[in-house]
Amino acid sequence: MRESFVSAAEDLLDEDPRAALIMAEISADLFGKAAARHPQRVLNVGIREQLLVGVAGGLALAGLKPIVHTYAPFLVSRAFEQVKLDLSYQGGHAVLVSVGASYDAARGGRTHQAPEDVALLDTLPEMTVHVPGHPDEVPELLRGAITGLGSYSSYIRLSALSNRSCLPVSPSLQVVKSGTGAVVIAVGPMLDPVLDAVADLDVTVAYATTVRPFDQAGLAALAPDTVVLAEPYLAGTSARLVCAALTGRPHRLLSLGVPRVEPRRYGTPADHSRLYGLDAAGIRSAIAGFTGLR
Amino acid sequence: MAMTYAELPGLMTQLTGDEKHSASATSTLDVIWVLYDAVLRVSPQTVDDPGRDWFLLSKGHGPAAYYAVLAAKGFIPAAWLAGFGGVDSRLGYHPDRTLVPGVEIGSGSLGHGLPLAVGLAHGLLARALAEPRVFVLIGDAELDEGSNHEAIAYAGAAGLPNLTVVVIDNQSASWGWGAGGIESHFAVSDWSAVRVNGRDHAALTAALTMTPPRPHVVVATVEAKDA
Repeated sequence: MRESFVSAAEDLLDEDPRAALIMAEISADLFGKAAARHPQRVLNVGIREQLLVGVAGGLALAGLKPIVHTYAPFLVSRAFEQVKLDLSYQGGHAVLVSVGASYDAARGGRTHQAPEDVALLDTLPEMTVHVPGHPDEVPELLRGAITGLGSYSSYIRLSALSNRSCLPVSPSLQVVKSGTGAVVIAVGPMLDPVLDAVADLDVTVAYATTVRPFDQAGLAALAPDTVVLAEPYLAGTSARLVCAALTGRPHRLLSLGVPRVEPRRYGTPADHSRLYGLDAAGIRSAIAGFTGLR
Repeated sequence: MAMTYAELPGLMTQLTGDEKHSASATSTLDVIWVLYDAVLRVSPQTVDDPGRDWFLLSKGHGPAAYYAVLAAKGFIPAAWLAGFGGVDSRLGYHPDRTLVPGVEIGSGSLGHGLPLAVGLAHGLLARALAEPRVFVLIGDAELDEGSNHEAIAYAGAAGLPNLTVVVIDNQSASWGWGAGGIESHFAVSDWSAVRVNGRDHAALTAALTMTPPRPHVVVATVEAKDA
């Protein structure tokens, strides 16, 4: 996904004289060509994340369209006060694009993992959040986020985990499998493990890339009694929005995602998916246990 | 109807209700007055002009002097001053840029103005707006915040010529700034640096209108906070 982002950002910088890219070393080697072409609008501030986001806020004040890029924990949690005050409180807007997601850097340990990112950004008003599930979904999401900068900021959460195929980009829930037993919401790269888990189960699977704003109308239209939320970040991050969408409708909800534990294990992303029950086998076991479907 | 410097204490009394103003409440008064009276190319009619000069009050604490100058120069009605801090007032104990004409940033939490100013200076140059200058006022104790030091090292290396920092030095930082003083922390990162008497309007004007081809810091010494 990172390569897809780099290519799309290069195009935007060429096309839009107000577009700017700010980095804090991470990925700077990938943007050498863009920096040579646009030295005033492609900036690398060094390993300085507070400054990274503060500069983005200043660029927004100057009328530019900043794309702010680094590793997820450095962008969201390390610089959260700057995201809150230098962008949101100032009324300025930027597109935040992270890499690393929850545990792409499984071998890197907790310092390079950010399962908390969406939950933290959820405390801010008017933050759109995109979780692409395939590299080919990234360019359109980035372009849409830039277009939206007049009125809101966006967060695009890139991951090394990816689905086998790309789906059309949509702000709405997309039903990719229909059934009667439950509605399973699969966010971004959770789609493939969910589809593998429920291949022979009578359930609906709805795919989401844009999770803020959450498609509450789309979920309500599916009128489920039983909902399973499969998110690639902290378990339950979107639970309040599922419940709000179904207010007045008796329903049961199972929230799958990264648990609030520190496993102190290395290995691969696949290892961590298995540890957290987010691989196909874990998801199937959880859904079967919750719904009684076999 | 332009007001004079002599009228500022009366405006501040409308804000605070106090007849006398402590040195700490007025530590920024002369610098802000000189900026708006003699340095900044901005007026109530050009607060949204991208070619204006920008003043960012990073040290959002004790904004009475700031509001008084904005009223004296016609950016806000003097009638706003009396409601200072009330639920229906646009003037809070820390300024909000979305509520007050002429206020460029919302501040209060320390260490945010200088990084914002660096981005703003970059952004103006990226828009080929070379004339407007960006001024940011910080306090000597505010300089404790590490975000400032990220910005100082970077801005010096990037060489932003349209950026001027004013540090109000009322010797309030608990650990001080060492033998070289505040200016040494900028100079080591290739800033132009001068120190002046923060009550001397002619000296402040001269220091604030310097335009070296790199970022510039003016350290303005005023009475010690606890003197």
